[in-house]
Amino acid sequence: MTWIAAAPALSAAFVSSLVEAVEALTIVLAVASVRGWRPAGLGAAAGLALLIVIVLALGPLLDRVPLYLLQLTIGILLLLFGMRWLRKAILRAAGVIPLHDETTAFAAETAELREQARRHEARLDWLAGLASFKAVVLEGLEVVFIVIAIGAGRGMLVPASIGAVAACGLVAVAGFAMHRPLARVPENTLKFAVGILLSAFGVSWTGEGLGVPWPGEDLAILAFAALFLVVALAAVALARRPHAQALP
Amino acid sequence: MNAIIDLLHGLTGLFIDDGALALAILAVVLLAAVLALLLPGVPLAAGAVLVVGCLSVLVANVAQAARR
Repeated sequence: MTWIAAAPALSAAFVSSLVEAVEALTIVLAVASVRGWRPAGLGAAAGLALLIVIVLALGPLLDRVPLYLLQLTIGILLLLFGMRWLRKAILRAAGVIPLHDETTAFAAETAELREQARRHEARLDWLAGLASFKAVVLEGLEVVFIVIAIGAGRGMLVPASIGAVAACGLVAVAGFAMHRPLARVPENTLKFAVGILLSAFGVSWTGEGLGVPWPGEDLAILAFAALFLVVALAAVALARRPHAQALP
Repeated sequence: MNAIIDLLHGLTGLFIDDGALALAILAVVLLAAVLALLLPGVPLAAGAVLVVGCLSVLVANVAQAARR
């Protein structure tokens, strides 16, 4: 396997995982700021442990599933997942729904934990750890799914995993060094790009699962991505509300 | 118990956020699958339905959300 062949899987997994890692970090930092690093760290570590168990348990099963069934199942899930992201990113870019703001998410999570502190002081460490655990599990499952979707069946699991681990490591180091949410990451632009990529992978995989011989084979993914980009930009223009910010 | 329900809700939310979008995507895939079965000699017809269908569903859903 050459770097040129592995680069699309690696970079797609890196960018997708970056967004998920930023969202998980925001909640873990909110927990840490309210209750300290112990419950935040324990919750996050338990979440990571569960993810490792899931990957170790399900990973070997992937080889036993017939390829067309794997392609069709993951393709459909990718379409649901990618087009959901893309729809939201289009509506945000058009000003129909507000942009996701990590600072606001951090403030909301912190306020909720403080409110829980007021009501259940004795159980708060447990509740705080659970919030951290849930964030890591949910966002982590998205990362695992993205890695499988991009890498499985094409022999690209290793580069996709490297991309995902690099993104999570980078976000963790940056977040823990700064001790605040990574609000300057252009999250909607990343989600827009990732939504396009995942939807393009989804069309390719679903088609292959149905027996469609795409012209150009894997290169067709680039054509699908270009089509999704053009249509998504047109959809932003179609849905744009007055005073909406242009896509950064 | 609430935490587990919350987690399961979050898990389904990974794939389904807008029910109409999810149903429309599944309908497009089903249509492409039926075409692939009925026209095995023209497999690209199913591919074309899949591509055009997904793009159309996206635009229609966004336009509908913008009108709301």
